[in-house]
Amino acid sequence: MRFLFDEDQLALQETVRDFLAGECPPARIRELWESESGRSAALWGKLAELGIPGLAVPEAHGGLGLDETSAVLIHEELGRAGLAEPVIATAAAAAPLLAELGDAAVAAPWLERIAAGEAIVAVGHAGSPLVADAHVAQLLLLPHAGEVHAVAPADAQLVAQPATDPAQRLFRVVWKPREATRIAAAGRGAALLAAALDRAALAAAAQLVGVADHLVAMAATYACQRQQFGKPIGSFQAVKHHLATVKVQVEYARPAVHRAAWSVARAVPERALHVSMAKLVAAEAAASAARTALQVHGAIGYTWEQDLHIWMRRAWSLGNAWGTSSFHRDRVSDAVLDPGARLGPGTTF
Amino acid sequence: MDLRYSAEQEAFRREARAWLAANVPKEPLHSFDTKDGFEEHRAWEKKLHAGGFAMVPWPVEYGGRGADLLEWLVFEEEYYRAAAPGRVNQNGIFLLGPTLMEYGTPEQKARFLPKMASSEEVWAQGWSEPNAGSDMAAIQATAIRDGDAYVLRGQKTWASRGAFAHWMFGLFRTDPESKRHHGLSFLLIPLDLPGVSVRPIRKLNGKAAFAEVFFDGARVPVANLLGAEGQGWNVAMSTAGFERGLMLRSPARFQATAARLVELWRENAGRCDPSLRRRVVECWVAAEAYTLDTYRTVSRLLAGGKIGAEASLNKIFWSELDLRMHETALEILGWRGELLPEADEALGVGEWLDGYYFALAGPIYAGTNEIQRNVIAERLLGLPR
Repeated sequence: MRFLFDEDQLALQETVRDFLAGECPPARIRELWESESGRSAALWGKLAELGIPGLAVPEAHGGLGLDETSAVLIHEELGRAGLAEPVIATAAAAAPLLAELGDAAVAAPWLERIAAGEAIVAVGHAGSPLVADAHVAQLLLLPHAGEVHAVAPADAQLVAQPATDPAQRLFRVVWKPREATRIAAAGRGAALLAAALDRAALAAAAQLVGVADHLVAMAATYACQRQQFGKPIGSFQAVKHHLATVKVQVEYARPAVHRAAWSVARAVPERALHVSMAKLVAAEAAASAARTALQVHGAIGYTWEQDLHIWMRRAWSLGNAWGTSSFHRDRVSDAVLDPGARLGPGTTF
Repeated sequence: MDLRYSAEQEAFRREARAWLAANVPKEPLHSFDTKDGFEEHRAWEKKLHAGGFAMVPWPVEYGGRGADLLEWLVFEEEYYRAAAPGRVNQNGIFLLGPTLMEYGTPEQKARFLPKMASSEEVWAQGWSEPNAGSDMAAIQATAIRDGDAYVLRGQKTWASRGAFAHWMFGLFRTDPESKRHHGLSFLLIPLDLPGVSVRPIRKLNGKAAFAEVFFDGARVPVANLLGAEGQGWNVAMSTAGFERGLMLRSPARFQATAARLVELWRENAGRCDPSLRRRVVECWVAAEAYTLDTYRTVSRLLAGGKIGAEASLNKIFWSELDLRMHETALEILGWRGELLPEADEALGVGEWLDGYYFALAGPIYAGTNEIQRNVIAERLLGLPR
């Protein structure tokens, strides 16, 4: 029993943090908001140099071959940076699904292209009719009646659904399942899709923790600078207590996310419950952090010019991505209230 | 990261489970806030001690079994799983014990720790005074050196189980000219000393186990000074860190309550507001999150880390969770929730009310949650004082 990350995992996290701080400042995010695709091929290329799209791709296919206990720290950093590139779908959902597909002829070329930064994969899931980043994907993995289909973007029609986060690019995908597009039959496909949803929800939870952390840090910095009544507003208890309350929430979401990473990586039987719990508490912490950071900033935080809303919008959009809080709360409730549930002291691990 | 118990930890769990199954009293003891209940709990502690389970993380020479903090967590899980009695000497074993371990002389450790582990001597804590609550550095009680003794004058209050305890530890001003947290010293005081009078205070649950303690010229041997004279604040802060941080409220306690709450919901779901379902599940999630965080903290400590201001996060989390769980339970119980255990309509639910009283104190003792929020804001978030 050792609930700590290894040195090399933490070192990789730091590398990614430094990289994103340099490559992805708020001004860059705003530029991407204004761009047609909202995505940057140059940035994706640099992420690929770090190995991020191919995090989970086996080394034999050119990836880093890391499991979720490493990936979760990287996603935390992507959240902290406010970066909306399609890492979750490609790296957390699609790559492991392809690696587990058991059909090397289909999977191997895509895994290699993902690791090389040459392929973005958009992934649909049953919980939402919308698919994120389908417009920049080279491959769409879509569910249909428990089957998984690999669809070329050219064979689908994309209808953009503008969302409150300008970084979030959502599409309704109009497509026809064909024999040739099916890569996993019902049953096997449902299991692959469920695993993909769990992995993506875990990654989103980790990003939400990073987002929440950053929102609290921004608000604390602002509270130290902004003067009213002749002193920094951060010296007032009303402000301190707001921030302390959300800090508590964030710090208790974090271990839930880290445990879920272990559970997914080791295929622990309760992993879906652990992921849903993690996503739920992380989404709540990020929503509270957004709300509190706005309140601490006051009117300036309500402007488009202030950068705060970059992360507020990430909190909202990631909160809905890969299963809404309602979806995850239902999964937790069903598991916990089941008469056969193992509850109480000594049942956590 | 490896979130699996070792074979040794599993074996220890089985051993603790078997011992507890054979030894935990079949009938619940009376409240340790009553004299009879206090003595029943001491008898239980004696048995626990004889079984080698009173203080598992302590060294063997002081009555422990030299277990590490992970095994301690495992033991706590089994203890609460077995619904074993509350720890009557919790202020001693969980708060003073670790501080003695850190600051005590070899003589002090040998003198106090074994009798603490067996609860032959039960400890009360003496921080608060009528004018020093949240503002603990406003302590006025004095201990003036006179030969080989300190002469104590002043008043301590809100000493849990002080009405029955044998010893008190607390902070006294050894330098009468000193201000705030300077000039304070940490003393260990027998409560049967001449010049010490204990006045029980009836608390919200109607029981008089709380006490205020008056000192009127009591002479405490210099050998009962813990740490250096004038360094009491630092010594006490280490106690406070342990108290808020880890030992006083291990997660198993809240997991046990959360599991009972889920059970209560299942039994009553058909009769109450369906929105309570969500609250029940949220309580379970929070108890689980608290457990996960504790395992993370313990892993960090075993790797050489220290508990710092993060202890304040912890104190807010468990105290507010405990309150939320009991409020939710009482809401599920509806009209039955107000009944005392002796009411035959209470059908055994009176313990929720008792637990609610206990939980209500949580955000107040061990440093109010307002003080904890100040600590978080100033020390973890860097906001100005």
